[in-house]
Amino acid sequence: MKLASSKTATADVTRRQRSAHSSKEALYWIGPAALVILLIFGYSVVSVLISSFRYDGDWVGLENFEIVITDPIFLTALKHNALLLLAVPVLIVLAFILAITLFETRRGMRFYRSAIFLPYILPIPVVAVVFGQIYQLNGALNISLRSIGLDSLAQDWLGDPDIALGTMSSVIIWKEVGFGVILMLAHIISLPNETYEAARIDGAGFWRTHLSITRPAILNTIVFYGVIEAITMVSWVFNYVYVMSNGLGGPGNATMVSELYIYRAAFQNKAPELAAAAAVLLFVATLILMIAFFRIQRRSIAGTFNK
Amino acid sequence: MRKSRGVRRSRVEALFRYLLLSFVALTALVPAYIMFSGSFKSQGEFLNSPFGVPDAPSVAGYQSAWTDNFPNWLLNSFLIVAGAVVLTEILAALAAWGFARFPFQGRETVLGVMVSLMVVPPVVLLIPLFQLGVQFSLISTLRIVILIYVGLMLPFSIYMLTNYFKSIPESILESASIDGASSFRTFRSIVLPLSGAPLATLAVVNLLWAWNELLLALVFLQSNEKKTLMVGITGFQSRYSLDIPTVMAGMSIATLPLVIAYLFGQRFFIAGLTAGSTKGE
Repeated sequence: MKLASSKTATADVTRRQRSAHSSKEALYWIGPAALVILLIFGYSVVSVLISSFRYDGDWVGLENFEIVITDPIFLTALKHNALLLLAVPVLIVLAFILAITLFETRRGMRFYRSAIFLPYILPIPVVAVVFGQIYQLNGALNISLRSIGLDSLAQDWLGDPDIALGTMSSVIIWKEVGFGVILMLAHIISLPNETYEAARIDGAGFWRTHLSITRPAILNTIVFYGVIEAITMVSWVFNYVYVMSNGLGGPGNATMVSELYIYRAAFQNKAPELAAAAAVLLFVATLILMIAFFRIQRRSIAGTFNK
Repeated sequence: MRKSRGVRRSRVEALFRYLLLSFVALTALVPAYIMFSGSFKSQGEFLNSPFGVPDAPSVAGYQSAWTDNFPNWLLNSFLIVAGAVVLTEILAALAAWGFARFPFQGRETVLGVMVSLMVVPPVVLLIPLFQLGVQFSLISTLRIVILIYVGLMLPFSIYMLTNYFKSIPESILESASIDGASSFRTFRSIVLPLSGAPLATLAVVNLLWAWNELLLALVFLQSNEKKTLMVGITGFQSRYSLDIPTVMAGMSIATLPLVIAYLFGQRFFIAGLTAGSTKGE
């Protein structure tokens, strides 16, 4: 702590008193919010942990975990979450290209920005239903593919188990890319003008300029976006899957993900202890991502206080 | 010669830029167009020409969507969103002021842990909270959903407001404390009036999240008249599978409040969604 470096003992004492006073006051301000957070997060995490080791009120050790981990459906779900992570680099590259393109565009920039950002604000249930129609065998996408003579590309986008997950991830990319564009564009705009002057004098082209100047300059925003999207793919895709597959994760288990597995175990198969064990495993996976997130955030939180 | 080649190159580049942006903007807008125009079509027209302008626009879809519990669902969504957003705003502002103004040991760690909670998957919290809800017979009440939403929205809200409160110049606050204003009065009459923009930004971000939330509402609001709009319209798809215009009409009604909010408050949306990443640089 910085307090330890105080020079005289008296100054140290008064400071400590003041610090004690201020922590008491801080408690009044933070208390109400902290109570709600403790109830919603603290209670739940502890309680789910306990119930993952029990069955019907009895302590069963790791039995629930063994059942879940050897359940092929759970493994499939995990594999699908991992596959969805492949969409993250796609999102980063797309968002970066669109952000620098928007940055270079003067006329119409606001219109394009609003349009590209619109999908991000639409409700996921709505998006999932509308895309469910577009991707029908005789839906809008196949109609337009056929009309330009690309009949061979027309697919049963959601009905074919080999491509259903890919179709799903295209919807997620469609919706999430605008968020990255807005984040990166905001950062690029805030860069000081001089950043690009040297490049302009050197006559560096579009790609050179942005790959060697913009990319490193906004690296922390890119990383932030990557982490947020990774978390999304692991633990926030329930809405898409639930609506597009009518709550089943189908065809077959082609779009089963861990959130849906937990939901179904708890509320359809009435096996809350298995759901709890799966939830703990998902929580651990998120924890790993959370630590990465915490590191990035702490740097900026520390920056906030040292300003 | 050299110069004109440069100009030509930049023109070609500009052309490519506009082609790319137009293609992406079109891709972004078409689904919304299909939904909205489809809501005025007949089933046959929707299936045959999903891209066309409605031949004979009809509001039949809206009429059949606006039945049963639809008005109830809309009202429930409004009540839940309003309650959760207002409560979050109050609790987060108080807590953020505590973090920003009263240093205590371990402050950074406490704030850091609180902030990291925003990535805990809601599905992890679902089972214990549901059991709690059953115990206190709160299933199918708006109260418990509001409470959970507040809990889930608090981490980000506190983080964002703490960042902002930290940036209020010390000198403004000191003059108030010399005048003998209590710290609550300073907060109410000086800090809050200065914080209109960040509070509005936060409200918009939370509104977006709460309006669109599905998983928790699905689990906790089981009786039909207590559902939110998102839960309600999710069931539309299977119920009206032979009447897509009705589905699209329901979707359009569910989207409209957001699009209106977006058109008027785009600035706040953008500010709020970038707030997490660009602070502290």
